Amino acid sequence: MNALEVSDLSFAYGAREALRQVSFSLAPGRFAALLGPNGAGKSTLIALLTRLYDVQHGDIRVGGYSLSRTPRPALRQLGVVFQQSTLDLDLSVEQNLRYHAALHGLSRRQSALRVEAELARQALTERRRERVRELNGGHRRRVEIARALLHEPRLLLLDEASAGLDPASRLALNQHIRNLCREQRISVLWTTHLLDEVQPSDDLLILHQGRLVASGQADALSLEHGGDLGSAFTRLTTSGAAR
Amino acid sequence: MNAYWQCFSGIVLREWLRFVLQRTRFLSALVRPLLWLLVFAAGFRAALGIAIIEPYDTYIPYEVYIIPGLACMILLFNGMQGSLSMVYDREMGSMRVLLTSPLPRTFLLCSKLLATALISLLQVYAFLAIAWVYGVRPPAMGLLWALPALLLVALMLSALGLLLSNAIRQLENFAGVMNFVIFPLFFLSSALYPLWKMRESSEWLYWLCALNPFTHAVELVRFALYERFNALALAVCVGLTLLFSLLAVLTFNPQHAALRKSG
Repeated sequence: MNALEVSDLSFAYGAREALRQVSFSLAPGRFAALLGPNGAGKSTLIALLTRLYDVQHGDIRVGGYSLSRTPRPALRQLGVVFQQSTLDLDLSVEQNLRYHAALHGLSRRQSALRVEAELARQALTERRRERVRELNGGHRRRVEIARALLHEPRLLLLDEASAGLDPASRLALNQHIRNLCREQRISVLWTTHLLDEVQPSDDLLILHQGRLVASGQADALSLEHGGDLGSAFTRLTTSGAAR
Repeated sequence: MNAYWQCFSGIVLREWLRFVLQRTRFLSALVRPLLWLLVFAAGFRAALGIAIIEPYDTYIPYEVYIIPGLACMILLFNGMQGSLSMVYDREMGSMRVLLTSPLPRTFLLCSKLLATALISLLQVYAFLAIAWVYGVRPPAMGLLWALPALLLVALMLSALGLLLSNAIRQLENFAGVMNFVIFPLFFLSSALYPLWKMRESSEWLYWLCALNPFTHAVELVRFALYERFNALALAVCVGLTLLFSLLAVLTFNPQHAALRKSG
């Protein structure tokens, strides 16, 4: 069963169409990069995937469960790292994680075990008592990833997670997520506008003017549309290509 | 059921930790009512004599009269501030995290309102403790009686805040809320002066005050503090809390804000 299935998804802000008939799926254990220039509809898609907005047309299924009809099991399978940090800066790393575990209804015992495991996995055990305010950008991101994985989701959604990080931290984060994806068989949807974060074997989704203009393995798409990823992206997202 | 309890206690714990860790915010929330009590009331007492009115058994100094209104003022400010931040944080802040919880949205919102209300009570009791030291001493049992009354008022005002923030986009900054919600609610109520005094100066102002939900909130707390029961105030507060909560939950939709923004 696919970790994520988006079918025929359309969304409009009043008269302005933000997404038009977007369909794609993500298999278990796959790393998918969602690319698109500013205003392509990425933020709207993320808002719909995280249930901030209600689906107007089409369907989103997470782990086989429809997000609009059966939100509870669907949200249980979903971990999210938002573009802007959503941690409580004055709370410690552990307090932030415990809060999230509570939101997912984990018991105290489960919560303690899961927090322990995720802290270890993100190499944050030593920093568990530090206030988030004292951490650097890269570590804060890792806390957010630990938080997103606490309830053991099958799908991890990262919205421009590398934004604001220095190049070394950005690379490390990208690599870290790929390892998780490989080792834990978690599916990852990684939105970005940076082409160097995409690897040839990744699934690639390109959004432009609210439409999905390309989807497939990155190396195959590159070959098909111009030889390298950069020129393929440019060709697919020059104005009018979506029509 | 256990998941609901874990979630609720997690939300309360977070509010508690934020309250403990942000001591300056707590202190500044206390400064406002204390200024009213120590400065305004001291100056005003000479100008205003309070006759014997329910629930008091004797003549009271103005400081005694003003205490329930100031306790409710703390709840009013906290309720409005809390609800406003809930609505305008949701695009990127902690509200987004809250909404990724698999538990029902209504439950999450109500838990958040209740958690904010519980923390506000701590501020009210800190204020009452200072007032006690200052010399304003309601009966000890009254302080206990006032607890459910204060909790109900806190919930009512938070729900009203959430409802207003959902409905009125112009309220996105706190100055707007102060001018158009907090000040009218506070000044057009029995918080600072008894309604019969108001009636002496203007009949229609009296009626505005009498219809103001905040008047009933203040009276509920005033009566409870003196171990008395005010059925009308309780009925109004319970009814409005239910109504405001229902409407607030029904109208809470982040999408509306986004659609309004683009529209």
